[in-house]
Amino acid sequence: MLGIGGEAGDGIITLGELFTRGAARDGLHVYTFRTYPAEVRGGLTYFQVRMGRSPILNQGDLCNILVAFSQEAYEYYGPALPDNAKLLYDSDEYTPEGELRAGKLPMPLTSISRTQVGSPRSKNIVALGAMAQLFGLPIDSYEALLKERFGGKSEAALKSNLLALEMGFAHAKEHFKEPIEGGLPTTGSLGDRLILSGNEALVMGALQAGCRFFAGYPITPASDILERMAALLPRWSGTAVQMEDEISAVGAVVGAAFGGTKAMTATSGPGFSLMTEFLGLASMAEIPIVIADIQRAGPSTGMPTKTEQGDLYQAMLSSHGDAPRIVIAPSTVEDCFYETMRAFGMAERYQMPVIILSDQSLGHRVETVPTFDPSRVLVWDRVKPEGLEAGQRYARFRVTPSGISPSSVPGEPHIFSAGGLEHNEYGEPNYEPENHQIMSAKRHRKIETAMQENRSFRLHGDRTAKVGIVGWGSTEGAVREAIARAAAKGLKASAFYSQILNPLPESELRSYLDGLERIIVPEMNYAGQFASILRSRFGREVIRLNKVTGIPFTPAEVFSKIGEVCRG
Amino acid sequence: MTAQVLEAPHALSAEDYRSEVKPIWCPGCGDFTVLASLVKALVSKQIPPKDTAIISGIGCSSRLPDFISTYSLHVVHGRVLPTALGLKLANPKLTVIAASGDGDGLAIGGNHFIHGARRNPTMMYIMMDNNIYGMTKGQPSPTTAVHLETKASPYGTPDVPVNPAALAILAGATFVARTFSAKTAEMTELFVKALEHPGFAFIQVLSPCVTFHNTFDFYRKATAPGAEGPKDDRLRAIQEALANNGNNLGVFLDVREESFDERMESIRELALRKGPASFEALLKEFR
Repeated sequence: MLGIGGEAGDGIITLGELFTRGAARDGLHVYTFRTYPAEVRGGLTYFQVRMGRSPILNQGDLCNILVAFSQEAYEYYGPALPDNAKLLYDSDEYTPEGELRAGKLPMPLTSISRTQVGSPRSKNIVALGAMAQLFGLPIDSYEALLKERFGGKSEAALKSNLLALEMGFAHAKEHFKEPIEGGLPTTGSLGDRLILSGNEALVMGALQAGCRFFAGYPITPASDILERMAALLPRWSGTAVQMEDEISAVGAVVGAAFGGTKAMTATSGPGFSLMTEFLGLASMAEIPIVIADIQRAGPSTGMPTKTEQGDLYQAMLSSHGDAPRIVIAPSTVEDCFYETMRAFGMAERYQMPVIILSDQSLGHRVETVPTFDPSRVLVWDRVKPEGLEAGQRYARFRVTPSGISPSSVPGEPHIFSAGGLEHNEYGEPNYEPENHQIMSAKRHRKIETAMQENRSFRLHGDRTAKVGIVGWGSTEGAVREAIARAAAKGLKASAFYSQILNPLPESELRSYLDGLERIIVPEMNYAGQFASILRSRFGREVIRLNKVTGIPFTPAEVFSKIGEVCRG
Repeated sequence: MTAQVLEAPHALSAEDYRSEVKPIWCPGCGDFTVLASLVKALVSKQIPPKDTAIISGIGCSSRLPDFISTYSLHVVHGRVLPTALGLKLANPKLTVIAASGDGDGLAIGGNHFIHGARRNPTMMYIMMDNNIYGMTKGQPSPTTAVHLETKASPYGTPDVPVNPAALAILAGATFVARTFSAKTAEMTELFVKALEHPGFAFIQVLSPCVTFHNTFDFYRKATAPGAEGPKDDRLRAIQEALANNGNNLGVFLDVREESFDERMESIRELALRKGPASFEALLKEFR
């Protein structure tokens, strides 16, 4: 595992991304984590990549190599390095002092860059060359990557970057001798895998599901979805618009969906808060929309670039009145693709809002994943009404056993009115007491139907274990690894992760919980939002494991809790 | 809300737009003639109900779509224009009509009014302006005269009114007119022009609330036809919209500029020059 820390502006993210892509192309499985300040310049930036021969489940615990460009990065990340790790530092900048267990690899990154390449700005690429050597990765892969990145744009930039890479590689070879741990065994090929982020996978899932309209408003950490949609949707004969705020973004999505187009918006917590009145309208008027909430640390502006799972309550409960909605939480980059496809299918089938709850760590981390197979997810389309006899009226909101009413779209002959007022089956405003009871039941019945028709959950670990973990979203990877570590120590534990949070798979989850004596609920929020939902729904006491540092759980943290609970 | 049964094509009449729902408006409300004029304009343009969609907000005027049989969506307060934009972009063949009042469009929806106009999407926006909040029974709106005493401004409203037509011109609308709900023939004519306009057509209809702020007599005296002259001059249009204390009637601006929907079409053409997209090609980007 490699960590890279420095000041914003040092080229940390570029270095990390290039290194990761090269490693993936050489056949390694990768999993990245990044944390950075919200401001464009200044402040500590950190990028981490964990690599291996088999799929990586989470960002890991400790680094093998830390590249610390600045004294601040060293002081922040250096002390945690274990005995067998190595610290590579810019010896032009500082000399590491204080307690350090790891070995030191001094390297004059700035002066190599300045004197041998001609500009101090290439020090990140000098470091890249050194990393290739230290991890035993072939330098050709990185040359090829630099050529892809700079070739055809700026020959001068390409030349100096290639030189920087070579200088870094040569310096490391001369001074640091052997690659660490004999280097990483590579196959030399990415194989049938993809390397991409959660947000990139989400966009692909949306396009594949037939999304042809996107409206958004810039917000960290969801802006890259808006940018990618703006680049891609027009090529798919679709439309992407940047609106004046999040209210108008979701409003445009409601309009497009009313018009018969699969439509979505993407935002983060503060934007989602603004969208919640429209969420209620989409629920009341039975309009299929998809909202992706890439959660960040809150409340209010909070920590915009840090991860958290604090929006579960607002996804499940926000908007006034009883407003049924579907909530889906992907755990992995792969999930971001498949669960987004599922979100569109469920929105159309049940004609209601579907919320995808991702988060900063999942949206922005890069993973190698098996190539996508869209046939794995069935994407429903809206049920259309049948022909009408002459003079027969179209009951847009017909009360049915499933709660689903066939719907036409503008341009088709079955004209109807819809809106936020309570209405009868014909869409006419109606405030009669019994009507509201009947129509509320009809709308909520769709949630029951959705529960019968959809399953998406995973069980991990020993099925006979009496200690189990019920979690949601991006904590799953750390939990899986922690369970495996526990098993190796003779501690039996299991885990249940449902990707559909509303409706939860009632009977399966209940029978899982019935087999447990102790239930751990890990969450990246302070209040234990999922824990309280589970308690109220299933009537079981749970042990909470909460963290709100803005940084995802490590396997060690979850493992330690499993140990404590198993022994206690 | 009766389905249009496929028969031999016939000329559309007012009967084809008749709704089963009776208007909730007070007798004498200005909005009745707006509804009648809109039906006349749609009949005149022979736009089929199935190809027409009316988006409305919240308030008395925003109940209009229930009383006419076309597709319609009655949305949340103030958000008529973004919803109408999404619908138009997703389904460009539709005739999209936005309808709401001065409170909906200028107070809670003021932000969207500016951005809706500057984008210039092809749609007609009818603002039924009664200078008051009628449905909530008589509070001051953004077009209420300063110092007017209402239940929520017992010492007179401290706010100075906005001029919606002038604001629309300044913001970038390409067809802007003002009419008075007592003048049905003129109103119908304006609606027809607005329906023909490729771009954002804004019509401020002075449509008095007979119950909480009856201004029929006031407007009969105060309104006057605007000056004759060119309709393609934005500065002159703003002057005309502001003149006579904002009580001039008629078309202030009528210009042809690229519409938002046309720009989106150009963007698609530009993007497609990179080659049509395919899932397989997209996968390659991540290898």
